[in-house]
Amino acid sequence: MRRIRHVYSGLMSIGHTLLGLLESGPRHGYDLKRAFDEKFGQDRPLHYGQVYSTMSRLLKNGLVEVDGIEAGGGPERKRYAITEAGITDVERWLGTPEKPEPYLQSTLYTKVVLALLTRRDAADILDTQRSEHLRLMRALTERKRKGDLADQLICDHALFHLEADLRWLELTAARLDKLAKEVHA
Amino acid sequence: MSTSPPPSPAGPVSARPQVPQRPGAQARPGLVRVWARDLAMGVRFAVTGGRESWARTWLTAVGVGLGVALLLVTAAVPSALGNRHDRGAARADITYSGKVRPKGDDTLLVGVNDTTYRSENVRGRLLQPEGPKAPLPPGVAAFPRPGDMVVSPVLKKLLASDDGALLRERLPYRIAGTIADRGLIGPSELAYYAGTRTMHVIAGQNRVERIDSFGSTASDDEWDPVLLLLVLLVFVVLLMPVGVFIATAVRFGGERRDRRLAALRLVGADGRMTRRTAAGEALAGAALGLVLGAVFFAVLRQLAGRITIFDMSVFPFDLDPTPALALLVACAVPASAVAVTLFALRSVVIEPLGVVRTTRPTRRRLWWRLLLPLCGVALLYPMTGQGNDNGRFNEWMVIGGTVLLLIGVTALLPWAVEAVVVRMGGGTVSWQLAVRRLQLSSGTAARMINGIAVAVAGAIALQMLFSGVQGDYTRQTKNDLDRAQMTVNLQQDTSLAAADHALRTTGGVRHTTPIGNATLAPDRRNPEAEVSLSVGSCADLRKLAHLPSCHEGDVFVVSDAAYDTHTRHLVKPGRTLYADPSYENLKGREIPWRLPMDLRQGSSREDPTGVERGGILATPSALPREVASTLSNQVFLRVDPSYPDVRDEVRNTAAKLDPLTDVFVFAASEQSTRFSSIRTGLFVGATCVLLLIGASLLVSQLEQLRERRKLLSVLVAFGTRRRTLSLSVLWQTAVPVALGLLLAAVVGLTLGTVLLKMVDASVSVDWAAVGSMTGIGAAVVLAVTLLSMPPLLRMMRPDGLRTE
Amino acid sequence: MSIPEGSLLAAHDLHKAYGPTNALDGAAFSIHPGEVVAVMGPSGSGKSTLLHCLAGIVTPDSGTIMYNGHELSAMNDADRSALRRTDFGFVFQFGQLVPELSCLENVALPLRLNGTGRKQAESTALTWMQRLEVENVAKQRPGEVSGGQGQRVAVARSLVTGPRVLFADEPTGALDSLNGERVMELLTDAARSAGAAVVLVTHEARVAAYSDREVVVRDGKSRDMERVV
Repeated sequence: MRRIRHVYSGLMSIGHTLLGLLESGPRHGYDLKRAFDEKFGQDRPLHYGQVYSTMSRLLKNGLVEVDGIEAGGGPERKRYAITEAGITDVERWLGTPEKPEPYLQSTLYTKVVLALLTRRDAADILDTQRSEHLRLMRALTERKRKGDLADQLICDHALFHLEADLRWLELTAARLDKLAKEVHA
Repeated sequence: MSTSPPPSPAGPVSARPQVPQRPGAQARPGLVRVWARDLAMGVRFAVTGGRESWARTWLTAVGVGLGVALLLVTAAVPSALGNRHDRGAARADITYSGKVRPKGDDTLLVGVNDTTYRSENVRGRLLQPEGPKAPLPPGVAAFPRPGDMVVSPVLKKLLASDDGALLRERLPYRIAGTIADRGLIGPSELAYYAGTRTMHVIAGQNRVERIDSFGSTASDDEWDPVLLLLVLLVFVVLLMPVGVFIATAVRFGGERRDRRLAALRLVGADGRMTRRTAAGEALAGAALGLVLGAVFFAVLRQLAGRITIFDMSVFPFDLDPTPALALLVACAVPASAVAVTLFALRSVVIEPLGVVRTTRPTRRRLWWRLLLPLCGVALLYPMTGQGNDNGRFNEWMVIGGTVLLLIGVTALLPWAVEAVVVRMGGGTVSWQLAVRRLQLSSGTAARMINGIAVAVAGAIALQMLFSGVQGDYTRQTKNDLDRAQMTVNLQQDTSLAAADHALRTTGGVRHTTPIGNATLAPDRRNPEAEVSLSVGSCADLRKLAHLPSCHEGDVFVVSDAAYDTHTRHLVKPGRTLYADPSYENLKGREIPWRLPMDLRQGSSREDPTGVERGGILATPSALPREVASTLSNQVFLRVDPSYPDVRDEVRNTAAKLDPLTDVFVFAASEQSTRFSSIRTGLFVGATCVLLLIGASLLVSQLEQLRERRKLLSVLVAFGTRRRTLSLSVLWQTAVPVALGLLLAAVVGLTLGTVLLKMVDASVSVDWAAVGSMTGIGAAVVLAVTLLSMPPLLRMMRPDGLRTE
Repeated sequence: MSIPEGSLLAAHDLHKAYGPTNALDGAAFSIHPGEVVAVMGPSGSGKSTLLHCLAGIVTPDSGTIMYNGHELSAMNDADRSALRRTDFGFVFQFGQLVPELSCLENVALPLRLNGTGRKQAESTALTWMQRLEVENVAKQRPGEVSGGQGQRVAVARSLVTGPRVLFADEPTGALDSLNGERVMELLTDAARSAGAAVVLVTHEARVAAYSDREVVVRDGKSRDMERVV
């Protein structure tokens, strides 16, 4: 499915998601996979290989460190913890709006849930995103005002899709309290 | 609109027979059942339609209730007046016959001792039973013993209070009991019966009468046709606006109701069904109004005993509506509520998606509207001049003509408002707002003020009639108030000198003129002419006539006074005249007096009572003693009007001389009491009606404001001054009311003129009446505007913008 | 005090409670001359209350509102009304036209409230109606025109006095997309060419897209998105 592939397409976002999951405390790679699948991977679970390759990249970049290795060896026995640099990276990622484009919901959803999990302000994320959407919509509106009918039709198509995104954002914002309860449950 | 159920599937309309039977046998609900069903649904809406429906129903109910209460009071007036009259007749004790009945064991001497305390009349009687079977007056359990009295409850209260101190002095009797209600004509009547044993009857004087029973058997005095006309008109004039008011009341909240009916159409009701449902809603309000009206009436009835309107008070038990009239009210009000609703909906098409008023109603036509008042005048005109000579009016023509004229007002008004308002324009913003609103809904505006216009037109006509006939029904007393304001007529055995002294030394009295009066006749028996004799000191005689010079012992003759044709022929020096001559059934003392040879001439002037006095004027020493004994004496008084209670002081002094002494106060004019009570009734009634209509104006004004709440907030948002909106509300009421009052004045003056012609009185416009009635109308408008200000200001707060 | 330099209308730390509910709880706002600012937020967030406070219709419980160097909450009701007549214009969602007056008279109304004579007011009103392409309904009453036309009449009315700030509260809320768009184009064009700042309360993104920037109100608190990013 395109939506799932889209989520996976940005390795950055899996990395940030795993980082965010680590913020609540050190976990084993195995734990990380389970937590990820539970919260975000309903459609298609994460491969172990994906977890370990991501974790090793994060380790290399100094965003996580190994907290301990359990007896018995094997990569799945490593326990990871987030570093200060890792926290800052998550922070920056959450604060950066996504490029407004169709089928964005999954990334945004991930961000919102992560924000809630890490006790950050999820509404801020939505506001920032709305602002970004509006920036594009303003541009489209401006282009529409100046353009010919074909331009108008094309812009309208984009505008309506962006608007649908924003409506979803508004609805999500209105449901944040309920979502927070479910996430923490 | 969650409470608009679809027509019940079990209802007769949709109950189609499963198996088709013969053609034409399909079950069709009876007309009555259809009506009953739809009316019932309307009633249910009115009661269960939530808070708004309730409010609307109550609004209608209160309006109808007030109207019903007024109608019930009106229905009770005939019996109330009748009961009063009956009780008055039952205690009548004046026979007006010159004959003196012989004394017997069933006779009673009654002395009329009415007095006035401040501005209130006190009915007083002295009773002296002459035998064991003497008749008791109604409401009195036993004769008061000499020196005792029985009093009405109100008089008892007055005498016990500080306010009654002066009266207490005048009535030196011990209170031995109270007069029961059936002996009084009203609860606030001041009355007493006092016991005495010193009275005696003097033939030819009716201050004291001997009677053997109470109650007059004489036929009731017929109502004067003019008075009857007035009473009829008062009722018509008061009841018509009540009708108009009830018609308005059932339309309260109409617009919201229409929306509900539209919702009803959406679920499948047809046009006729919605109409009947609307009628049902009105019916619910009217029925509740009927109950409320009965309650209002019961309360009013209880209060009636405590209310005195210009000397008139009514016992609660007197206010019993005639059953037939009460029944009529109970049937007519709900029926007319239904009728008015159906009538009002005739130009409204209720579509499933909303209400369409037949847009731009055809321009109102003038001709048939003019026809009504013209018919009215045509009915009234043939009766001009019949009021004199006791001619009877055709009551139905009078009522019909008046009603047509007044209905003409209600028909002309919508046309007039529309015609004038369409031509209006320009002016300030507030004016523009008001005028545009009126242009859009001039019919609503006209309907609202119809009641006021009818009431004012009728009242102006009646006031004009009143002032026109005033001359006939008012005793003119042209007293020269600089000379005397009071007269004390002494009893025969009271000494003039003593009385004069007592009165002169009473506080507040500035000057006294004691005069003795008698008549002299040329024959001993059955004289056909007589001459008046006035006796007094030179100084006092000069107040009665211009005298050249005067010394004690002189006798003067004044022969050129008005209405005096006998003196010139009868009074000659040396001629013998007789004092106290005998008549057919009245033996006199036939005292001869030979006039002195030296009769001096005087010329007439107005005496202190404003009358030109002729006849013989004599100083006391010129008179033989026997002649002097026939004199009845009176004292003219000039008082200081600023002295507190000076009149009551004089009355007290007079009562001390003799309880039966008659005290007379000159006023500029004295109205016939029956006349003034009609006039009072009209004033009170018209004011009540105008207040009632004011209330309905206020209700619809508020309703209209509430519906514009959002708009008001918007106008305030972009900086409209409160003053602008307040003024526009004022104009919106004032413009149609001004038009209504103008039309009312024209119709009122026309009706007044026709009525005056009918009673043959001179036609003059009573500008005071026009002014006062239109003034009251204008005051109602102002009051309505003022009272709608606080809600208006509240609605102009920005809260209205938040209701989204 | 954090009132941005050069702003025409600015509010700081506004609090307003209706009964127990806090409609505004420390909201801030600023707008520069000629700027179009969208106020967004879910319903019940307090955005309308913010507009009412900024326009001087409602007095906040606390906080400051500066307009053109004057403290708005220090003015009395009459002065604020006068300010609304002369310097502000208003467009609401619906129910704002006086149903008895013709459309032309409705547009002329604010001028007449300022004391302009009838003739002159109506001729100025007509030019504005032409600009908003509704001069053909000048003689008709609001009940007789379509929703879009009515809203354009309302926009003409809001601009007829040459206001410096135009307050629009869900101006397209009752219109379909096409009409809403047209109204927004005309509104922003007209406001821009007249140099009026526009405070645009809306919950629709496509309407907000006509703004230069947006302020988000949530739970009575405002967030100026430009300065965050």
